[in-house]
Amino acid sequence: MRQTKTSIPSSLARGARNGVPIGMGYFAVAFALGIQAKAAGLTPFQSFLASLLCDASAGEYAGFGVIRADSGLWMMAVITFVANARYLLMSAAMSQRMDPAGKTIHRFAMSMYITDEIFAITIARPGYLDPWYLYGAAMVASPCWAAGTALGCVAGNVMPARAVSALSVALFGMFLAIIIPPARKDRVIGALVAVCFAASFAMSRLPVVSGLSEGTRTILLTVVIASAAAALFPRTRRGAREEGGEAA
Amino acid sequence: MRNYAYILVMFAVIYAIRALPMTLIRRPIKSPFLQSFLFYVPYVTLAVMTFPAIVNATQHPLAGVLALVVGVVAAWFGLGLMPVAVLCCAAVFLSELLLV
Repeated sequence: MRQTKTSIPSSLARGARNGVPIGMGYFAVAFALGIQAKAAGLTPFQSFLASLLCDASAGEYAGFGVIRADSGLWMMAVITFVANARYLLMSAAMSQRMDPAGKTIHRFAMSMYITDEIFAITIARPGYLDPWYLYGAAMVASPCWAAGTALGCVAGNVMPARAVSALSVALFGMFLAIIIPPARKDRVIGALVAVCFAASFAMSRLPVVSGLSEGTRTILLTVVIASAAAALFPRTRRGAREEGGEAA
Repeated sequence: MRNYAYILVMFAVIYAIRALPMTLIRRPIKSPFLQSFLFYVPYVTLAVMTFPAIVNATQHPLAGVLALVVGVVAAWFGLGLMPVAVLCCAAVFLSELLLV
């Protein structure tokens, strides 16, 4: 097992550096979310708190809808579960890359920040997951997310539409930086990415399934496509641990 | 007060979703199928979340398509997270000056 030993400060710094593009994208998306928070009747502080604790975009959006309609706490629990179920898979994938000798407290603390983006950059690094790298990224990205939500709640539509539009692709750019290099090196992953793009596009257009929320479509596609890939192209443990992008 | 109760429930459910697999799955999974499944999960999730969402995120869909192409090319040639993200933003901003 290859494991590059790095000091805590250098891991934190590297994580914080890669947290910058995440924070940038978060800020723009959170701004739009803040407008929803206001519509749901949250104060700026409440929207800040919700974002600081939850760090979820579609999940919070769905949750604010429940608050707006005052549908009850059970409804909130159910909707939150459905909108965020994909994190179960990400968390399970991360559990397999944890250092067995690491402290348990890291598992609890890291879980707080399993967002699409932080998950992506943390798991893209080779070897065991580095908790301090994740904390560094979260330290930058999470406050941007919370501040963006609060500002959106206060200021509404002051950000020019051009700027929101441009910033909103930052997160997708990062996803590409993570999946494309391994797709180039490994033919199976390359074909998989192409299949994912096609299937995801089809599901957004087909009747019935296109009515499902984006979160539900993501988890359905992930389970189906990753299962098919696992059945057709099994990976040995060594492969599963040591491959993975070097983008981050 | 009711809003705080909602926020608390939202937080409790989302944290449970994130923390349960991480804290309960303490050993390496033995099944080759599950191992392979979890190996593919990140690539599949990120890919399905990227497209077609990137095209719908911008004011003009063509700007989103351009961002996708620029992002794929930049990542293909090994640029890091930040440069790829910035190039995608720039592609949208500049093309929308003409498109919108």
